[in-house]
Amino acid sequence: MALRQAAIYGKGGIGKSTTTQNLVAALAELGQKVMIVGCDPKADSTRLILHSKAQNTIMQMAADAGSVEDLELEDVLKVGYGDIACVESGGPEPGVGCAGRGVITAINFLEEEGAYEEDLDFVFYDVLGDVVCGGFAMPIRENKAQEIYIVCSGEMMAMYAANNISKGIVKYANSGGVRLAGLICNSRNTDREDELIEALAAKLGTQMIHFVPRDNVVQRAEIRRMTCIEYDPTAKQSDEYRMLAKKIIDNTMFVIPEPLTMDELEDLLMEFGVMDEEDESIIGQTADAEEGAAASA
Amino acid sequence: MSQAVEDIKPSYPLFRDEDYKESLKNKQDAFEERHDDAKIQEMFEWSTTEEYQELNFQREALTINPAKACQPLGSVLCALGFEKTLPYVHGSQGCVAYFRTYFNRHFKEPVACVSDSMTEDAAVFGGQKNMFDGLENAKALYKPDMIAVSTTCMAEVIGDDLNAFINNAKKEGHVEQEFPTPFAHTPSFVGSHTTGWDNMFEGIQRYFTLNEMDDKEVGSNGKINFVPGFETYLGNFRVIKRMMDEMDVDYSLLSDPSEVLDTPADGKYRMYEGGTTQDEMKDAPNAIDTLLLQPWQLVKTKKFVKGTWNQPATDVTVPIGLKATDDLLMKISELTGKSIPESLEKERGRLVDMMTDSHAWLHGKKFGLYGDADFVMGMTAFLLELGAEPTHILCNHANKRWKKAMVAMLAENPYGANCEVHIGKDLWHFRSLMFTNKPDFMIGNSYGKFIQRDTLHKGKEFEVPLIRIGFPIFDRHHLHRMTTWGYEGAMYILTTLVNEVLERLDEETRGMGTTDYNYDLVR
Repeated sequence: MALRQAAIYGKGGIGKSTTTQNLVAALAELGQKVMIVGCDPKADSTRLILHSKAQNTIMQMAADAGSVEDLELEDVLKVGYGDIACVESGGPEPGVGCAGRGVITAINFLEEEGAYEEDLDFVFYDVLGDVVCGGFAMPIRENKAQEIYIVCSGEMMAMYAANNISKGIVKYANSGGVRLAGLICNSRNTDREDELIEALAAKLGTQMIHFVPRDNVVQRAEIRRMTCIEYDPTAKQSDEYRMLAKKIIDNTMFVIPEPLTMDELEDLLMEFGVMDEEDESIIGQTADAEEGAAASA
Repeated sequence: MSQAVEDIKPSYPLFRDEDYKESLKNKQDAFEERHDDAKIQEMFEWSTTEEYQELNFQREALTINPAKACQPLGSVLCALGFEKTLPYVHGSQGCVAYFRTYFNRHFKEPVACVSDSMTEDAAVFGGQKNMFDGLENAKALYKPDMIAVSTTCMAEVIGDDLNAFINNAKKEGHVEQEFPTPFAHTPSFVGSHTTGWDNMFEGIQRYFTLNEMDDKEVGSNGKINFVPGFETYLGNFRVIKRMMDEMDVDYSLLSDPSEVLDTPADGKYRMYEGGTTQDEMKDAPNAIDTLLLQPWQLVKTKKFVKGTWNQPATDVTVPIGLKATDDLLMKISELTGKSIPESLEKERGRLVDMMTDSHAWLHGKKFGLYGDADFVMGMTAFLLELGAEPTHILCNHANKRWKKAMVAMLAENPYGANCEVHIGKDLWHFRSLMFTNKPDFMIGNSYGKFIQRDTLHKGKEFEVPLIRIGFPIFDRHHLHRMTTWGYEGAMYILTTLVNEVLERLDEETRGMGTTDYNYDLVR
């Protein structure tokens, strides 16, 4: 099977890293050879696979060694649960430097050192919440990730983010082969969440590839720095991740998304009661003015 | 203070006039908070000691003249070697002004190269719009047949994606879909000018051949390809062509700027002249083999030749000196079945004759040298062939494998016994070495002249004269037209070295009644 490269995007805090690692663990269980490339200065994309606090990052090691050229592939590539290869690009502390450049440097290094030349089935890029600059779009440049999954939930901001990311994908999809491959709903237990995400997916022209229910076993596993798959393979939640993994293996629905306009998105949210109908009459009114209006009425 | 129209003096000797000297002294005394001359001299002397050198070599956070330039400079030179090709740098304008100036000063020629002038807004919103307008304008104004795109730091830091931008520009009709636009990412803060050359060349290989390999067959056109790498001696391009013509070998020189950088003054400005054609590049995978004439810089190119063109990329070294040229010609003979003609054998014989004629003057002479990895390695090999002794070798951009190879080469030869090899070090380190373990001469680019001044300041007996071979040479004219490769190149190097040695000897023996007993007419 040819190497498939996928990037996982989504709003910050939505559970990208947790979902990615559980998904990848499930893929590994199914006999797939997988590599995770963490593209987030926080470097928390591989801890559940490696049982470590945070993996040493390429950028940190390059800074210690003097330059990237002084690094060897084995220095940065660690193997964890299910023979999953793990790499963290790393980046600066908040407030300084350029994390996007870190991602570019790290991925170039991996390419030059032949990290992609082993017989891998999948590479997953776990990219930080908001694609704020060209560096964080590195994973979806030509000859890299061709399929993108967006992790979201039925919350308003998560859906805004999913729509925004779709806009970004369109830019790259027009010139290259990158496609939106589906939304992964990481449930927050909001009302009619599955229907809502399916509706959003339909409007974007894609699919909700899987609905991952909320289950505390994920948190219990995470405290132990493990994926759910490894911590409790018999848990119901593990089966959910396995299902997601199978769906991704069999996935053939790769589209150029059609992002919604703000109005369309808000209509959708209102339809599902996530957002209230807008009352034009209260806009710009202070509490005082409102009280006066109420008294005189 | 005033100049007479009929007798305008340049800064030297004008500033040696009393009134200027006085003015300078006033400035120093009144405004510079200058230490007194004794203190300055004391610090200077300290900077020439072993103790200072030790501190100097512990330096971690500062580079003083690295003896290398940045990636896009190399990508521009690579692009200039293709027919009717406009080098285009995606990024800020100042960078491109620098590349043009750098080449102007070395080649004394105009250099056509454009930028898409990214400014503050492009840094925030990305440079796609600059690329759209830039490609469209550059093509309309300068009518190239190909635009070769590389990048500056600015575009790299914000992560601009050349592939996407160029494709989008074509989709939107700013340039036609089939207009050739090879590209390479060339962040200036990674590698050096040689890395940039390699990256651009690989971009051109990729553009013209990657998706056109089905109908290609190694050896079917019977040619040998030559990839020169970052090379600024124009004679080197010419000598390769001449030697191949004499051998009756059909060849392609992939990237050849020897015409566009040496245009005649006949009243006609040529923005483009000569260069490798697109057809030659498309046909390159059909050659018997592709020889990389500066292999230490052509890492990506080599990977592409082996991996995509499926050619052996037979190992050769830069053809500087006798043996390296022998080896190259014999490899070519082996690959093509063509014999080495009498004319080249004769030329070789002349070189050997010259080497023996000058041997007495070069034997045991000590040289410190610095520059690009392949040049320095080739030069070292030739020095050893001449019986000269390289004592300090410095290359900023070379890697550990290169150093190992250098050390191994020096260990095999008695003349290499006392030689140190430094990588990742700069010319300020080199300056220390010139004081603490003085060679007879240094070989390198124009920047060495300041080390010569400093060593002379310590005293005439400490002076290390600079022999200018390398890049850039800004302060001597026309040396870029010379040849350093092949037997012809070895003759030029040998002539330069021996005459510098004799010039120096004359200088030292010109003392009337003191040293002139050795101020000989015949050397």
